[in-house]
Amino acid sequence: MENLIALLIGAPLLGAAVLLCGGRRLDRAGHWLGTLLAAVSFVIGLALFADMLGKAADDRAMHQHLFSWIPVEGFQADIAFQLDQLSMTFVLLITGVGTLIHVYSIGYMEHDERRRRFFGYLNLFVAAMLLLVLADNYLLLYFGWEGVGLASYLLIGFWQHKPSAATAAKKAFLVNRVGDIGLSIAIMLMFTTFGTFAFGPVLESAGETGEGTLTAIGLMLLLAACGKSAQVPLQSWLGDAMEGPTPVSALIHAATMVTAGVYLIVRSADIFNAAPDAQLVVTIVGAVTLLFGAIVGCAKDDIKKALAGSTMSQIGYMILAAGLGPIGYVFAIMHLVTHGFFKAGLFLGAGSVMHGMNDEVDMRKYGGLRKYMPVTFATFGLGYLAIIGFPGLSGFFSKDKIIEAAFAKGGTEGWILGAVTLLGAAITAYYMTRVMLMTFFGEKRWQPDEHGHEPHPHESPKSMTVPMILLAFGSVFAGGIFGIGDRFVNWLKPVTDYEHGHPPISAMAVTSATVAVMVIGVGLAYLQYGRRPVPVVAPRGSLLTRAARRDLLQDDFNHAVFVTGGTHLTRSLVYVDHSLVDGVVNGTAAGVGGLSGRLRKLQNGHVRSYAVSMFGGTAVLIAATLLMRAV
Amino acid sequence: MNPVNYLYLAALLFTIGAVGVLIRRNAIVVFMCVELMLNACNLAFVTFSRMHGNLDGQIIAFFTMVVAAAEVVVGLAIIVSVFRSRHSASVDDASLMKL
Amino acid sequence: MSALAAYATSTGEAFQFWVLGTVAVVGALCTILMRKAVHSALCLAGTMIVLAVFYLANGAYFLGIVQIVVYTGAIMMLFLFVVMLVGVTAADSLKETIKGQRWWAAACGLGFGVLLFAGIGNAALTEFAGLGAANAAHGGNVEGLAALIFTKYVFAFEITGALLITASVGAMLLTHRERTERARTQRELAEQRVREGKHLPPLPAPGVYARHNAVDIAGLLPDGTPSELTVISTLRKRGQVRDVSTEALADLKALEQRSAERLGRDREEEEAGR
Repeated sequence: MENLIALLIGAPLLGAAVLLCGGRRLDRAGHWLGTLLAAVSFVIGLALFADMLGKAADDRAMHQHLFSWIPVEGFQADIAFQLDQLSMTFVLLITGVGTLIHVYSIGYMEHDERRRRFFGYLNLFVAAMLLLVLADNYLLLYFGWEGVGLASYLLIGFWQHKPSAATAAKKAFLVNRVGDIGLSIAIMLMFTTFGTFAFGPVLESAGETGEGTLTAIGLMLLLAACGKSAQVPLQSWLGDAMEGPTPVSALIHAATMVTAGVYLIVRSADIFNAAPDAQLVVTIVGAVTLLFGAIVGCAKDDIKKALAGSTMSQIGYMILAAGLGPIGYVFAIMHLVTHGFFKAGLFLGAGSVMHGMNDEVDMRKYGGLRKYMPVTFATFGLGYLAIIGFPGLSGFFSKDKIIEAAFAKGGTEGWILGAVTLLGAAITAYYMTRVMLMTFFGEKRWQPDEHGHEPHPHESPKSMTVPMILLAFGSVFAGGIFGIGDRFVNWLKPVTDYEHGHPPISAMAVTSATVAVMVIGVGLAYLQYGRRPVPVVAPRGSLLTRAARRDLLQDDFNHAVFVTGGTHLTRSLVYVDHSLVDGVVNGTAAGVGGLSGRLRKLQNGHVRSYAVSMFGGTAVLIAATLLMRAV
Repeated sequence: MNPVNYLYLAALLFTIGAVGVLIRRNAIVVFMCVELMLNACNLAFVTFSRMHGNLDGQIIAFFTMVVAAAEVVVGLAIIVSVFRSRHSASVDDASLMKL
Repeated sequence: MSALAAYATSTGEAFQFWVLGTVAVVGALCTILMRKAVHSALCLAGTMIVLAVFYLANGAYFLGIVQIVVYTGAIMMLFLFVVMLVGVTAADSLKETIKGQRWWAAACGLGFGVLLFAGIGNAALTEFAGLGAANAAHGGNVEGLAALIFTKYVFAFEITGALLITASVGAMLLTHRERTERARTQRELAEQRVREGKHLPPLPAPGVYARHNAVDIAGLLPDGTPSELTVISTLRKRGQVRDVSTEALADLKALEQRSAERLGRDREEEEAGR
């Protein structure tokens, strides 16, 4: 069975190669091929999963050594894979959701003449993401990490004829580079500390290493996670990444790629466990992002950007949980999986709405769509209930556990983190209800565009609704399947360790509080957007609202600090380069040139001048000889 | 008188010859000055021969004369052919090697 | 002979040294200071003869004779030949053309001389073995040299022989000019002159001036200027053309000026009269 692991990656990689190199001949069948290969990968994943379930819990990890990548003395890097329960979870999520989104894209991208290329990129992404989660060493993980960055860049900028999309792609790529530097430094630190990259030796010997080194490695890993998972302070690219096609937003920027940071932290659990300072920073980053994303999500009128803010916030939950240590890892991954279902479903729903509304994204121009798109409404609604944590649906189980774990952290920290997560839950309920009400309820607010075409909202084709329905099933039942009887905990426990957290207040009280704040959030949103008509033109709003609409001024901050500062720095460097460095270099050259010009005059071609120098030289030689004799 | 005076004379003649090489432009005169320097050397050799009481110094002087004769033959031939092509025997005119 | 072995020479040799030494130095100085190459050559020959005498005085009888026969007799005569070939009367300008050359030469020469003198003065050169024993060993100076040349120095001797042969072949190569084409006949030369269209008649004769009918005097044209064409090209190249036209030209110029002044005065008077 181990030999199938390479095939998991190989199938979509083959698809990417064929689709991207195949040319226009494949235009007609390309999307089918891409979808088929993603599905093949999913089927292989299921087979491996079945095989894994048949083994004892401690014996489930599988390894496959493909070949030696860099066989240098003292620097061993292998193309080798490790499939344990954690990787398995990701494999199923990536290939499963990925396949559904492939199917969805067949309908969504139907009228795009570059659809074959799109599927090639999607396959490339799936392959790179699988490489990321299946790698058995950090170097190979880094390879996959950069691969998903590349695929993300290509897909965000897929509609490169739009300047905004091209810019967004560049922005995502650049911001991700900052995080990647963190990962590369972390890997270098690991190599100098442990002498290897492989997960096994590194993580096993993590406990015996100095805490300072581990904290440094941990912080660098966190930086990497921040870049990939859009956490504060590297969060600014995610909102702009919504310029890409909606399936991309669903697959990459909601369900899979942005969770790579969580995977990285959970995978490196042993390092973080031994570095409490790094863990604390992780929880702080998670908590800040959680609120940051939620506030941004409240103010956006663009449906995709509102969902992007929500994604940021939900990943903040996961990062926070991952920072809590063994009491949180499992729930971080569990929330990750349930979030993968319902956020993908929400994005696909948003895509479906846009599909019916002539690609309009402004929620203020929607309204009352539930009559026109019943399937979309139903699936989106189920996703909505799941994300706000409606009891019984998947978000309820996973988020509630994270809130419990936050309280269980203990001490003042526990109370603060618990309060933040509760507040986040309330805001989540508020902004998601706002999205729901503005889109599907109220009066219709759309108007003819400048060409006089009035949108005719309609239900999307089967290829789009079926994946949405399947994801809705996941949104509804995944939490229950995972949560009841601690199935997910037992599944992951051999990999990530698990300690049962004991919150200072009873679990029941936490759950009640969660439900209560959720109800409050929904109620507030209903008062604001359900009882009153929604204005088509956005009101000016409070200072906070205006700031939130501009992503809480993150771009302004980056511009002021990094762009302006960088410009000044480079200008002064250029000045120094011109005046000092070039001055020295040119001065030396001019000095040598001038000296040579003078020396050259000695070379006047007159034999007698040469004779004088010879004669003088002889005299000097004799003088030297005599002096040496004298001495 | 100490015979070492011959050496001083040789040194003086040699120096005069060298200065002549430096200040004269006529290639023939330059050549003559070279001959003068060779002769000064010969005088020194002969004096050394007397000083050491063996004939080797005279042998060297003899060879010097032979080589000087060969040198004069070739050198004068060169001067003649240069004069033929350039109508000048000035060493300053042959300054094509400069930049 | 015994004097040669002494630490100090005989009074006669000392007298000879000081007198002839002065002559040698003066000759050397004249060699480098005379403007005409032929004078330099003669002065150098004088110096060489003095040196030959010194060789003899130092017991090098063979070298003394060779010096006179080969150096003064053959080499210096070769020099004189070449000097004649290049231009015997052409005097060199002693004006220095390279900036600073003379000062550098003087400084280097002075420094070099001082160093040589200092070197000789510092050397322990008080012991003079003398050549008496060495010369007597094989029955004489010439025999002694022959014994050395044909035994110890036989290879060097052979090699210098080869060098001499090579040098003479080289001199022949350098001075010999291969005629690569047939010499043109007078007829062909005349036809070429007609074709080129200049100097169809023979070149004008030199020395038309009454007092100077020598071949090195350029003939005067009707306006009083000398024509270089009248002098043969060899003399022209040597720069041996004498010029007597300046007097005539000056006379002519004075005449013109006088007449101009008179005419000018006449005109002024005329204008005043009006």
